Amino acid sequence: MYFSKLIATGACVPKTVISNQKLSELVDTSDEWISSRTGIRNRHFAQTENASDLAIGTARQILSRCQIAPEDIDLIIVATVSGDYTTPSVACLVQAAIGAKNALAFDISAACSGFIFGLSVADKYIRAGIYKNALIIGSELLSKYLNFNDRSTCVLFGDGSGGAMVVRSDEPGLLCEALGSDGERGLSLTCGHVPTSSPFNGLPRGTDPYVHMDGRVIFDFATRTVPKSVEEMLEKQGVGIEDIDLVVPHQANSRIVEIISRKLKIPMEKFYLNMHEYANTSSASIPIALNELVENGRITPGMTVLFCGFGAGLTWGNMLIRM
Amino acid sequence: MNFEKIRDIIAEQTGKDAEEITMETSVKDDLEADSLDLFQIINDIEDEFDIKIEDVENIKTVGDVVKLVDELSQK
Repeated sequence: MYFSKLIATGACVPKTVISNQKLSELVDTSDEWISSRTGIRNRHFAQTENASDLAIGTARQILSRCQIAPEDIDLIIVATVSGDYTTPSVACLVQAAIGAKNALAFDISAACSGFIFGLSVADKYIRAGIYKNALIIGSELLSKYLNFNDRSTCVLFGDGSGGAMVVRSDEPGLLCEALGSDGERGLSLTCGHVPTSSPFNGLPRGTDPYVHMDGRVIFDFATRTVPKSVEEMLEKQGVGIEDIDLVVPHQANSRIVEIISRKLKIPMEKFYLNMHEYANTSSASIPIALNELVENGRITPGMTVLFCGFGAGLTWGNMLIRM
Repeated sequence: MNFEKIRDIIAEQTGKDAEEITMETSVKDDLEADSLDLFQIINDIEDEFDIKIEDVENIKTVGDVVKLVDELSQK
């Protein structure tokens, strides 16, 4: 019987850091307003890089940390909602850059749940015995979709990429998962809308590809639907709070994480937060945090880590992994 | 009575003294509650009274909340 486990992680974020203070020179906001409501202090914005550049950076770092040669990579999945192009996929661009000429490559669109969705897909290919390994990356260039005249959204997001190499194993790394989607609330968080238009229907070309968010619906979703889904997964799996060493939530808003912590009765000390540095990087959020935890030694082999992705779609993805 | 339950929920969420909260108390100014605090208060009230509060934007005072709850829980 085959299982999947993570063997290496990596990340790649733009060098340019924009603090709340710097942002408030352009936008009518303040460090106090942003950080008290979200926990965000900084975000990284690209200068010339696009989503593929960050994903390639992540891929190269992962390859430098594991023994798998590019031509031996079976599968590349990039979770993104902000790829350089609608096509080719960012995954195909990564494939070309690293020389993974034998890999199947495609993107997944699941916003902030994207990395977990990617891990889930890879796990199924691996368990079915079809592939032996998979490079899973979350990469976002959200700054190009931010309307800097809309202070309710432009302060929340950042650019970045993170990922992991997943391989076939005799023992599970990935212990259980609970993924879900709710399209009925889908339009409460949108990005990159391209309306229908052509000379033959007389409809105008689009001018509003920006992020739009209904704060209340998303708050509701994050603080009600998400904890409920985690609870159900843990109960089904027979996992108690004491079995969880660390929680890596999607890094959107620290106030929301506090509410989730309270509802799940998992103490905040077990939650890892880094949105103060990166803001919300959508699908990159969880793997950037994961990579930090591996790099600083806070995650060690044998630890049981709970990952909670949730966001646009609306989508959610919870996963318990033995590292 | 609805006011007492609502007052206690608000006191718990904001950390303010229940005695200080009246119908005229302003959510933003007196309670120093931001939009996230208000959302959480409304969610707790929805759970407590088993109602759905759609219109949150026009809530300025505790009295506004009580009025909404009174209206919705009659249905």
